[in-house]
Amino acid sequence: MASVFEYAPAPESRSVVDIAPSYGLFIDGEFTDAADGKVFKTVSPSSEEVLAEVAQAGAADVDRAVKAARRAFEKWSALPGSERAKYLFRIARIIQERSRELAVLETLDNGKPIRETRDADLPLVAAHFFYYAGWADKLGHAGYGADPRPLGVAGQVIPWNFPLLMLAWKIAPALAAGNTVVLKPAETTPLSALFFADICRQAGLPKGVVNIIPGYGDAGAELVAHPDVNKVAFTGSTAVGKAIARQIAGTDKKVTLELGGKGANIVFDDAPIDQAVEGIVNGIFFNQGQVCCAGSRLLVQESIHDELLDSLKRRLSTLRLGDPLDKNTDIGAINSADQLARITALAETGEAEGAERWSPACELPSSGYWFAPTLFTNVTQAHTVARDEIFGPVLSVLTFRTPDEAVAKANNSQYGLSAGIWTEKGSRILAVANQLRAGVVWANTFNKFDPTSPFGGYKESGFGREGGRHGLEGYLDV
Amino acid sequence: MSESSATRLNVFKTYKLYVGGKFPRSESGRVYEVSDSKGKWLANAPLSSRKDARDAVVAARKAFGGWSGATAYNRGQILYRIAEMLEGRREQFVREVGEAEGLSKSKAGAVVDAAIDRWVWYAGWTDKIGQIVGGANPVAGPFFNLSTPEPTGVVTVIAPQDSSFLGLVSVIAPVIATGNTVVVIASEKSPLPALSLGEVLATSDLPGGVVNILSGKAGEMGPHLASHQDVNAIDLAGADPVLAKELEIAAADNLKRVLRPQPVDDWSADPGMSRMTAFLETKTVWHPTGSLGAGGSSY
Repeated sequence: MASVFEYAPAPESRSVVDIAPSYGLFIDGEFTDAADGKVFKTVSPSSEEVLAEVAQAGAADVDRAVKAARRAFEKWSALPGSERAKYLFRIARIIQERSRELAVLETLDNGKPIRETRDADLPLVAAHFFYYAGWADKLGHAGYGADPRPLGVAGQVIPWNFPLLMLAWKIAPALAAGNTVVLKPAETTPLSALFFADICRQAGLPKGVVNIIPGYGDAGAELVAHPDVNKVAFTGSTAVGKAIARQIAGTDKKVTLELGGKGANIVFDDAPIDQAVEGIVNGIFFNQGQVCCAGSRLLVQESIHDELLDSLKRRLSTLRLGDPLDKNTDIGAINSADQLARITALAETGEAEGAERWSPACELPSSGYWFAPTLFTNVTQAHTVARDEIFGPVLSVLTFRTPDEAVAKANNSQYGLSAGIWTEKGSRILAVANQLRAGVVWANTFNKFDPTSPFGGYKESGFGREGGRHGLEGYLDV
Repeated sequence: MSESSATRLNVFKTYKLYVGGKFPRSESGRVYEVSDSKGKWLANAPLSSRKDARDAVVAARKAFGGWSGATAYNRGQILYRIAEMLEGRREQFVREVGEAEGLSKSKAGAVVDAAIDRWVWYAGWTDKIGQIVGGANPVAGPFFNLSTPEPTGVVTVIAPQDSSFLGLVSVIAPVIATGNTVVVIASEKSPLPALSLGEVLATSDLPGGVVNILSGKAGEMGPHLASHQDVNAIDLAGADPVLAKELEIAAADNLKRVLRPQPVDDWSADPGMSRMTAFLETKTVWHPTGSLGAGGSSY
């Protein structure tokens, strides 16, 4: 379909962010080289341009960082909660001040549209620090006893899909509760975490309370295995989550895992179609579908299947894919060549297994990693694209006839992170929500996040909750 | 230097009320003399009238919809902004509190610091109180049942008489943190720090009318506010036992929520939650969950 509207380019300026040619590990309040001198390059996925060279943490660096965090723990945990709160409020305020810079940086390093980093990631990051800042001197009111104690050193490993937001989800509650942290950002998106290290310095945070060690999976595994780590927090794939669960078996380490998902987005026949279409699009194409709670399985009541699919295809034809820094861009780049290869392979499997593939006419840029928004129809529950997490802009469409069938199909998954329900009937929303085995259920909306609201999965989507009052539990000795 | 400071005459501040985001004089045209702890004249303060009190209630009511409707996050941001603004004017308040309460500079400094930190404490409560005092109720039936706290409305506060600043902050911050709006009668003897606080609030993104500060006699304005039909609650913190009883009786006319005066030895102690919960209503919403069946739910 021809584009109805022509847009002039509206690029956000890169000049607001100053990326240094190289970055060190942030350990004990200082930027430092890796012990073995290793470095890796981080590229902009939309152009494959090298953004910076970053020190790559190895086992010796992990040990150094954990020791720094351990040294800092005694004083940090002994501070009155009201003083820890004020550090976190400072961090929140500096993030607000620097949010445009961080939004542009995140878009460059991750490939997601500036519209998302500016309007979703960064406001949520600041809000998360604000929220947990307020908890630091109120832990006795949180329902975990009069004076709950922190655990110690938290080892945190985060993914590349929301680099700074996942950092906030990990660091804010950890520090509020009185822990110190060693955080390993993903190898494809280390920059915003390193800028955060600078924010810690601006805020005057005591040395060693936050340590940032960019690196690969081996560094993450070292961190998880380190004997002086008291708490492991991981967000990422279910396969790695299971490996971590095995690795920490027999230790005293507390663990929270936020893993994969295959969220069902259930649309009943009385749903307002246009609103549902917007929700479906947001559910699977937000952040190019690289979202663990994405609504990647669309379950449509059979009677409205054709009407809904017509509307959805029309809407997909208007999505704008391209330069993530352009303010009109809806779909940015896939984060890495590896991820693009995974998405491509799974989509090919979908076709090979007989599902019907459709994408709108969509020109892909010549450099960078791109994948057009894609629908699969005639999908059955046995199809790979209905079972495996694709972590890309690929939606599988299934149908149902009765609410019972919708619930059965929605729950027919190893995962249980998120689900969506679209209907005008309140009692149906609540009845269906009661039956769903998923940690977050959105009704007549999708992909809503708030620091006050707990997030996390059932089944193989992991355990523990992040956000809200519940999010404190994972960082307290309770 | 010393010569010029010796010859330069300083400019006195005219202390005014803070009502509806503006700084009016008392409509009555009256003032009264305010002295420091040694009896030295400090300033004239407005001696507010019944009409000033009624105007303040109108302003507070007008502000209630917007303030109670703001997100808890937004209210928290604004309360934190008050702390930021106060920190920047710390020296002014150290001087005013020192004069008002006869405290040394270091003791007055500790009082002002505690007042700043108190705003931070309540800034953190705005988006948490609902998670502590509200929640889902497991009723024995197919119903979603959720209780949430809501602000009670316009709250009148008789501020503590002795702790003219930390006491004042400690009684108004919990009232507005949850979305109420407030009309406060400052310490009669030492109203100046309270009146200066209005200048901080006016520059902190706090909507006009959320906090209204009157100076004068609690015994004169109190009865009118306690019997005012558009006031929802009254905090008697600074009322003496005789006045407190009189106001509690008057407040019964429209069943205002009443917080009786409680002995406070140390306003810098952990304030807990009771000053917030005193001015909250609980709203419980029921909704059928129905049951799944071929035709959907039974409702």
